[in-house]
Amino acid sequence: MEMKKPAIKSIPYEEFKDNETLEKLLNELNKERTNVIVGKLDDIINWGRSNSLWSLTFATSCCGIEFMAVGAARYDFARFGFEVTRNSPRQADLIMVAGTITHKMAPVLKRLYDQMAEPKYVVAVGGCAISGGPFKGSYHVLNGVDKILPVDVYIPGCPPRPEAMLYGMMQLQRKVKIENFFGDKNRKHNSNDIPNEPIIVTNVPITPNENSEEQ
Amino acid sequence: MNPEFIDINDFRARMETLRRTGMNFLRDIIGMDWGEEGLGAIYSLENTSTGQVLQTAVRCCDREKPSIPTVCDLWSVAELYEREVYDFFGIHFAGHPDMRRLYLRNDWVGHPLRKDYNEDEAINPIRMENEIPEDVQRPYELAEDAEMEISDKLTNKIHGDQYIINIGPQHPATHGVLRFRLALDGEEIRKIDIHCGYIHRGIEKMSEKMTYPQILALTDRLDYLSAHQNRHALCMCIEKAMGIEITDRTQYIRTIMDELQRIDSHLLFLSCAAMDLGAITTFIYGFRDREKILDIFEEVTGGRLIQNYNTIGGVQYDITPDFAKKVKEFCQYQKGKLQEYNDVFTNNIITRKRMIGVGILSYDDAISYGCTGGTGRASGWACDVRKRHPYALYDKVDFKEIIYKNGDCYDRFLVRLDEIVESIHIIEQLIDNIPEGDYKVKTKPIIRIPEGRYSASVEGSRGEFGVFIESKGDKSPYRIKFRPMGLPLVAAMHKILKGAKIADLIAIGATLDYVIPDIDR
Repeated sequence: MEMKKPAIKSIPYEEFKDNETLEKLLNELNKERTNVIVGKLDDIINWGRSNSLWSLTFATSCCGIEFMAVGAARYDFARFGFEVTRNSPRQADLIMVAGTITHKMAPVLKRLYDQMAEPKYVVAVGGCAISGGPFKGSYHVLNGVDKILPVDVYIPGCPPRPEAMLYGMMQLQRKVKIENFFGDKNRKHNSNDIPNEPIIVTNVPITPNENSEEQ
Repeated sequence: MNPEFIDINDFRARMETLRRTGMNFLRDIIGMDWGEEGLGAIYSLENTSTGQVLQTAVRCCDREKPSIPTVCDLWSVAELYEREVYDFFGIHFAGHPDMRRLYLRNDWVGHPLRKDYNEDEAINPIRMENEIPEDVQRPYELAEDAEMEISDKLTNKIHGDQYIINIGPQHPATHGVLRFRLALDGEEIRKIDIHCGYIHRGIEKMSEKMTYPQILALTDRLDYLSAHQNRHALCMCIEKAMGIEITDRTQYIRTIMDELQRIDSHLLFLSCAAMDLGAITTFIYGFRDREKILDIFEEVTGGRLIQNYNTIGGVQYDITPDFAKKVKEFCQYQKGKLQEYNDVFTNNIITRKRMIGVGILSYDDAISYGCTGGTGRASGWACDVRKRHPYALYDKVDFKEIIYKNGDCYDRFLVRLDEIVESIHIIEQLIDNIPEGDYKVKTKPIIRIPEGRYSASVEGSRGEFGVFIESKGDKSPYRIKFRPMGLPLVAAMHKILKGAKIADLIAIGATLDYVIPDIDR
C-alpha cells in the first residue's frame, strides 16, 4: 500500500504552505510499496504520535514567554495535543528551541538533544534560533541551531505570534504523519538515504481576534 | 555626571571612608577600557538615607596585568560585579575571594569588551565539549603498575565530600537558563555557586559598533518583561545628552505604557511563581488577564512582547483613538480579578506554609546586595526610583510606595500584587488627561551624542534599570553599560539560601523574580 497525504482535521490540505517539501518526502517513502498490515499499523501509530507531541520546555529567552502564552488560556495548544510539556528530555518527543543559543549553551543543547529518545524532532522558534536574529554578529551567539541540530520546522518571528507557533506545530504534525515507523525505510533512522527537509513557516494568515471583541 | 578619579593607591582607603560615611548602596561597577590611559572601573554609589549620589573611578595603567583593590567586603554585591568586570576586561581585583569568569566559559580566550579584543572566530570557535568547572580537579591515583596517573574521576576541590547537585541551565524553575551548583548536606543547602552566561548575547559589545537608533532595538530584548522601561531609560539618557525636550504627550504615553508593562510583568510573575509551587490554575488566570494588556500593546505598538515603541524624541506611533477607552476598561477589569488571585492562591494554606518565613532577606542585606525593586521593598528598603529620582510624570502623580517589613517570600509576593493596584491607580490619574500635541519631536537624521558621560535610570519591573553611556562624540557609544536588575538578586541568593532546604530554593527563586537575559545581557 501507499502512504497517503497527511491530513489535518478542519484545515484543507491545499491551504498549507510548503506542501512540496512534504510531497518530496512522501515520494521517497512511496518508491517501494509496503505491506498492508504494516502500513495500517504505521497509520495508527502515526495518528497517535502526531496528536500527542510532547515538547521539552527549552526556552532561553523571549520566545519562551510566547511559548507559555500559547500554552495558556487564550491560545491553548491543548486543543491540538501539545499540552504536555516535559522537563526531562527522556520523555520528550520534540525540542522547541525558543530563544538565542549562545556559545556556552550550545553544548548543553546538543546534549539535551542527544538524551532525547528517537524519533525526535527539532523546531527552531524565532529569529535567534534560526539565524542568530538581531544578535547575529555577536561574539557569543550561535548563528542558527541548524549548525548543531537537524531542524524540522522553522518558525520565524521575533518572537513569532502564537498563531505562527500553532501553525508551525501543525506542520510538524503533518511531517510526523509521513513516516514509516516499521520497516527499513524509516525517514528518521536512515537519515543518510533521505535528507531531512525542513519546513519553513511563511505568511501565517492572522485572523482578527474574536476573543477581544467579546469583552 | 563626571566621576571622581581616585589614585589607585588611595582607592581602597577612599572607598572605605565613603562606605563609613553612609554610601551604602553600590549601584553598579562599570568596567572601562580607556585605551592608552589604561583599564579601570567606575563605581556608582548612593546614600540611601540622604539620596546623595556619587561616582568614583579608578584607573590602572598596566594593560598586561591590571589589578585594582577589591571592594567586595564593603558592598556584598561587588563580588559578582567584580567578576563581571574581570570576565569582560581582565582586570584582576586584588583580595577578591573567588576571581573567576562570570559569563563566559572558563576556556574562553581574551576579554571581549577590551578595545583590542580579537573577534576572530578561529580563536573562539563554538566548543561543543562540556565545560569543566574550575574547582574540580582530576586526582592522582596509584595504577596497577605502581605509577601515579591522573584518574578519570573528578573530585571537587572546594566542597570536599559534600554532595554537589546541579540545578539548571535546563530547569523549569530557574525561569530561563540560570545554573546553580549547590553543595548539599542532606536536604540543606551549604553553598551555592551561580553560573550565569548561558544567554549572554554580548549586547554591550555589539552596541559599540551600532548607531544609537540601532541600539534601541536591543534593549527590548534584555528584560522582555520590562521592554518599555528599558527603552525608556535608554531614550531618556540619549535625550538628556543631546538636550532634546520631549513633549508632554510623549511623557504621558511613556508613563502609561511603563505602568501597563509593570502590570504585565507582575501578572507573569504571579503566574510563574504559582506554577513553580504547583498551582496551575493561577498560571492560567494570570496569563488570561495578561493577554488583555498584550491586546492594548499590540493595537498601539504592533508587537505583543517586543514592542520597539519608544524612540529618541518620542514614541514610534501615536496612540490609537480608543486607547483611553480600552485602558480604562482593562483597569476596571483587572481590579475585579485581584480578589480572585487571593482566593485561589494567596490565601491558600499551602502557599502560606511554603512562603511565610521562608527565604528572609534582611534590610541591611538588601541594601548591601543592591536588591532593588520588589525584593528590596519587601525587606523594608524604600528603593523605588520613581520616588527617589522621579522621571517622566512620576513626580506629578500620586501613588504609594509599597513597603513590607519581613523580607520573606510571602512579602515579596505581596509587594507585586499590591503594585498592580498602585500601577492601575497611576494609569487612572493620567489616562483622561493625555494632552494634545506631537507624539514625537523631530530629531537630526544622524544622532551624535556630545563627548561625555551620561547616565539615566528608571524603575523597571523588577528593580532599578540603569543606562550608562560614555561618548566620544561619535554616532556610536564608546562604552554603554546597562545595569542589570537581576544580577544583584541572584547575588543575594547566596545569602538567602544558606541553610535553607532545597525545596525552598524554588519558592525563593520564584519570588525573587529575575529574568535571565537581563542578568546576562
